[in-house]
Amino acid sequence: MNHLGDPFIFPALITGAALFAIGLAGITLRRSLIAILMCIELMLSGVNLTLVTFSRANQDMSGQIMVFFIVTVAAAEGAIGLGLLIALYRNMKEVGTAHLNQMKE
Amino acid sequence: MTDFIQNGLPLALFVIFCTLAVVSALGVVILRNPVSSAFSLILVLLNIAGIFAMQEAYFISAVQIIVYAGAIMVLFIFVIMLLSIERVELDMPTNKAFWPVPIVLGIAFFFGMFVVFLKGSTVAIKGPFTSQAVEASGGNVRVVSELMFSDYILPFLAMGMLLSIAIVGAVLLAKRKVD
Repeated sequence: MNHLGDPFIFPALITGAALFAIGLAGITLRRSLIAILMCIELMLSGVNLTLVTFSRANQDMSGQIMVFFIVTVAAAEGAIGLGLLIALYRNMKEVGTAHLNQMKE
Repeated sequence: MTDFIQNGLPLALFVIFCTLAVVSALGVVILRNPVSSAFSLILVLLNIAGIFAMQEAYFISAVQIIVYAGAIMVLFIFVIMLLSIERVELDMPTNKAFWPVPIVLGIAFFFGMFVVFLKGSTVAIKGPFTSQAVEASGGNVRVVSELMFSDYILPFLAMGMLLSIAIVGAVLLAKRKVD
C-alpha cells in the first residue's frame, strides 16, 4: 500500500483505468473506422496517464520518457491509420466495418 | 482559507480534471457525429495534459497539448471534414443483444485494474528523482532531455526512423495511383 500515500495518485490511476476501459468498450461498440481509431487514442491516453502517475509515485523519470515515445508512436499510427482510411474511402465510398468482408467471400 | 488554497484547491482541481476526462471519454464513445466525437477527444486530451502538469510532468504536458491535441487531432478532423463523414450507417449496433458485450468488457477491465491498483506493489524501489532533486538539477524539461539524450538515445533515434517511414507510408497509402 506504499504508493497510495499521495492523494493525487489514486484518482489518477482510476482515471487511467477508466479511460482504458471506455476505449476498449468503444472499440467493440462502434462500427465506424474513424471512431475506432479515436478509441485507440483514448486507450493509449489511459496508459500514458498510468505511466506518468507511477513515474511520480516511484520517483523515476523513465515513465515520462516512455510516454514521450508512446505519443510519437501514436502520431505515426494516426497518420498511417488515416492514410488507410482515405484509401479505403476511395475504393468503397464508406468507412464502416460492416461491409469490409471481402476476405471472407 | 490559506490552508484550503494550499492543500484543498489542488486536489479539488485534480479531481475536476479527472472527472471531466472520464465524462468526455464517454462522449467520444457515445456521440454519433464524428466531429463531436473528435472534439470530446480533444477535451479528454486537454484534461489529461492538466493532470500531467499537476503531477509535475511539465514537458509531457506540453507535448500532450502540442502533438496530441494539436497535430494528431487536427489530422483527424481534417480527414473527417475531407471525406465529409456525417454518420456511418450501422455505426452503433441496432441489435439490443449486442449492447452488454462492450459494457461488460469495459466494467470487467476497469475493476481488474482497480483491484491491482488497490493492492499496490509490495516492493517499490524509489528512484533518485524526487521533486526536490529534479528542481535542484534544473527542472523537469532539463532532466527529461538529459535522460533522453544519454540513456535513451537509441530509442530516440529509432523513433526518428519510425516517423520517416510513417510519412512515406502515409503518403503512399493516400496517393491516388502508384506509378
